[in-house]
Amino acid sequence: MSMDFIIAAIITVVGISTPILLAGLGELVVEKSGVLNLGVEGMMLIGAIAGFAVTSMTFNPWLGIMGAAVAGAASALLFGFFVLTLNSNQVATGLALTIFGTGLSSLIGLSFVGRIVPQFGSIFPPELARDPLLKVIFGYSPVVYLALVMVLAVAWFLKSTRAGLILRAVGENDLSAHSIGYSVVGVRYAAVAFGGAMAGIGGAYFSMVITPMWAERMTAGRGWIALALVVFAGWRAGRLLTGAYFFGLLMALELYAKAAGFSILPSQFWAAMPYLMTVVVLALISMRERIGSNAPACLGKPFLPAT
Amino acid sequence: MQFRFEKRPEPSRLMLVVTPIASVLLTMLIGVIVFDALGIDGQRAVIDIFLTPLLASYKWQDVAVKAAPLIIISLGLAVGNRASVWNIGAEGQYIIGALGAAGVGIAAGAAGGPVVILLMILAGIAGGTAWAAVPAVLKTRFSVNEILSSLMLTYVALQVLSYLVGGPWKDPNGRNFPATAPLTADQALPVLFPGTTIHLGVAIALILPFVFWLVMARSVFGYQIRVVGSAPNAARHGGFDSNQTVWFAMLIGGGMAGLAGALEFAGALKAINLGFPSGYGFTAIIVAFLGRLHPIGCLIAGIVLAVTYVGGQVAQTTVHIPNATAGIFQAMMLFFILASDVLVRYRLRIIPAGKAAPAAGE
Repeated sequence: MSMDFIIAAIITVVGISTPILLAGLGELVVEKSGVLNLGVEGMMLIGAIAGFAVTSMTFNPWLGIMGAAVAGAASALLFGFFVLTLNSNQVATGLALTIFGTGLSSLIGLSFVGRIVPQFGSIFPPELARDPLLKVIFGYSPVVYLALVMVLAVAWFLKSTRAGLILRAVGENDLSAHSIGYSVVGVRYAAVAFGGAMAGIGGAYFSMVITPMWAERMTAGRGWIALALVVFAGWRAGRLLTGAYFFGLLMALELYAKAAGFSILPSQFWAAMPYLMTVVVLALISMRERIGSNAPACLGKPFLPAT
Repeated sequence: MQFRFEKRPEPSRLMLVVTPIASVLLTMLIGVIVFDALGIDGQRAVIDIFLTPLLASYKWQDVAVKAAPLIIISLGLAVGNRASVWNIGAEGQYIIGALGAAGVGIAAGAAGGPVVILLMILAGIAGGTAWAAVPAVLKTRFSVNEILSSLMLTYVALQVLSYLVGGPWKDPNGRNFPATAPLTADQALPVLFPGTTIHLGVAIALILPFVFWLVMARSVFGYQIRVVGSAPNAARHGGFDSNQTVWFAMLIGGGMAGLAGALEFAGALKAINLGFPSGYGFTAIIVAFLGRLHPIGCLIAGIVLAVTYVGGQVAQTTVHIPNATAGIFQAMMLFFILASDVLVRYRLRIIPAGKAAPAAGE
């Protein structure tokens, strides 16, 4: 294997794992607050079309990314209204959000099919970004660095800040947090909105960086992999990064197998691989450690204080 | 003035029936407003999606054929959801069920008749059940979340289908198009009314809800499912094994989805191509909730959702909206029905200003 191949492979893996890293980080914070939002796939699609639409209208990818974050957060707040204010079932409401996001993005996307949008420039000088060796560090879209910064930010926020402590308290024991005067619903709304914004940016990475074009259902189930990633990471931001690269490697394998045609196995086998491995990995993790003990205690349960 | 939710001593039976109807009506109303805002004739779109399929008699057979798989899948899912077992991979189980039936059809060669048809249906049920058994094992043995595992397996099922119809099961006389060879006339399900597309599967979809109703209301099994869902602690003390409930719920969900896949293949489509997975397995989740997880509710809700499918196609040609729009309507219905749950369990009280107390629903 040549050096060029290895560098190209690393760049592929880092790029392909960025959307699930972003969406997974968002969902991690949401779940830490005790809410399970299964609408990640829908929020990603809404972010994908919003980012694409804003960029194609303003010719500014930075505004596009902001648009994706706002649209993702808005759709998450819709979910939040149902599950937090009306106490509806979180699993089913999350599913509804995914179906809704799929439909809405297809409808809005109709007038954007076939268009191309301006790309992000490199944030580093071209000598670094195009250097055959150094591009492995400097050659990515700014969104990739944003995702990496967010890993550190989320880890620091949850571990070392007062607000992070409150958020974890709300997720571990909502009734106690309520009784010492914290607004459980308020904290959860904020977490849900953050999760939506991150999923929106993750979705926009598909339509603005990877392809860059709009296609219906272009996230192809990655939102669900992001959800699995949170479990894989044991609700820890650092392990989420490792997990994202692991899943990225599996997805890159499919691309390479298809491109090279080196496989005796059918291409469908490689396409199914990330999903199969997700299941296998989830089983392996729970054999190694009691997975339930690591999950936030209030995950998915409605907040019903006695009055 | 302030609103306040008060818990009802018992769920309101009236609200249980009124809220699904209100959800559908509210969806139609909001649909008109949203489409007008998007520059589409909203009134026309909503009428075409929700009413045209019911008013135009030549659309009835389309509605019946589309409703059949939705009803059958939702019956199984409703059992699981009642016990809080979340099988959202019915789409994959539906696909594997259809492939099971197709496998029997291919193995039968030119042979046909009731025995072959019965074997195809049994293979469909077996395929769906087997696919659902994987999340059940993972859940009961390794405590892997069944939501994720059942969904991941749907993506795997899509690849299995793509492999089989593009490879070993490809029709040799099919001009290299990835599809299985069409069933012969005596391998396909019989048509109930000559000249229509209404096949035996539609009759099965009409009978099954009543069978499920009887079983859920009268048997110990039905009782177990209801107790596990509504009072898990009581169920444990009462000696109901929660692993056993997971198995029941997953296998019934998978079996019904597999049955629906086999009937759709042998009754409606008669061949499997890459377009076979049409999202019925996901829509059936909406059907189950809109039907309030009750078998007869599933029957009615299945027809309503089938109407939106057929109507979505009508609106595609009349007001030129994409097929995905029906999905937006379906999601809105699910949002509203879930939100209205609060009205079943709580009573809305309006408290005059001055006597404000902390709200219970907050």
